[in-house]
Amino acid sequence: MNLDPSVRDAVLAAVPSLRAFAISLCGNVDRADDLVQETLLRALANIESFEPGSNMPAWLFTILRNLFRSEYRKRRREVEDADGTYAQSLKSQPEQTGHVEFQEFRSALAKLPPDQREALILVGASGFSYEEAAEICGCAVGTIKSRVNRARARLADMLSIESVEDIGPDVATRAILADSTSR
Amino acid sequence: MDTSSSSPTSARAQGRLGRDVQAKIGNQLRAIYDDVVKEGVPDRFVDLLKRLDQKDEKGSES
Repeated sequence: MNLDPSVRDAVLAAVPSLRAFAISLCGNVDRADDLVQETLLRALANIESFEPGSNMPAWLFTILRNLFRSEYRKRRREVEDADGTYAQSLKSQPEQTGHVEFQEFRSALAKLPPDQREALILVGASGFSYEEAAEICGCAVGTIKSRVNRARARLADMLSIESVEDIGPDVATRAILADSTSR
Repeated sequence: MDTSSSSPTSARAQGRLGRDVQAKIGNQLRAIYDDVVKEGVPDRFVDLLKRLDQKDEKGSES
C-alpha cells in the first residue's frame, strides 16, 4: 500500500470533525482520541476499499461509528450505568463553550438515547445530509429523520425551549400567587 | 432506560417544532461541536500518518 498524498490530506482534513463526533459519542476526550486513532489505522489498512473521489468524511465516520458500536456493546456488559458515566465524563471536558447555557445543553444531550444523539449530531452539526447519515448508521433515511425529530423534541422539552408559550407558565404562576395573597 | 419512545402524543414529539426552537438547538449543537473542530488536527494524528507513510516506504507492512 502506498499512501497517495491527496488521500492523506483528505484523511487529515476529516480529523477535526471526526474528533468532534467521537467526543459526542463517548463523552470523553481521551477515549475519543483513541477511537479516532483506531479509526485512522483501520482506514489506512483498508484504503484500497475506498473509492477515489467518493465521500472521504462519510467513509471515515462509518468506520469510527462501527468501531465505537462494537466497543460500546462490550463496555455495556461491563458497566451497567452507561448513561450515567457518560454524563459524568462530560463534565471533565475542556471547553470554551463552558458557561451555564452550554452546560445545560451538554447534559441534556447526554441524556438522549445514543441513536438519537448520533443522528442529531451527524445531521445538525457534522453537516451530513439525511442520506449520508443513513448510510453512516446503516439504516433507512426515514429512521434518521425520525431520530433527529425525536432528539430535537426531547432536547426542547428538557431545556424548556418554547417558542410562544415561554411567558405562559409565568403568567399562570403570577395569577396563582396573586390569588393566594389576596385572601 | 426505556425512554426512547416517550411522549408520542405531544406535537413536538411528532417533529412539529417551531423554526426558532430548531434554530436555537442547532446553534448550541454546532457551537459545542465547532469548539472541538477549531482545535484542528492534534500532532499525534499528523505523526501517526507520517509514521505509517514511512513504514510503507521501508516496505515493512504490518
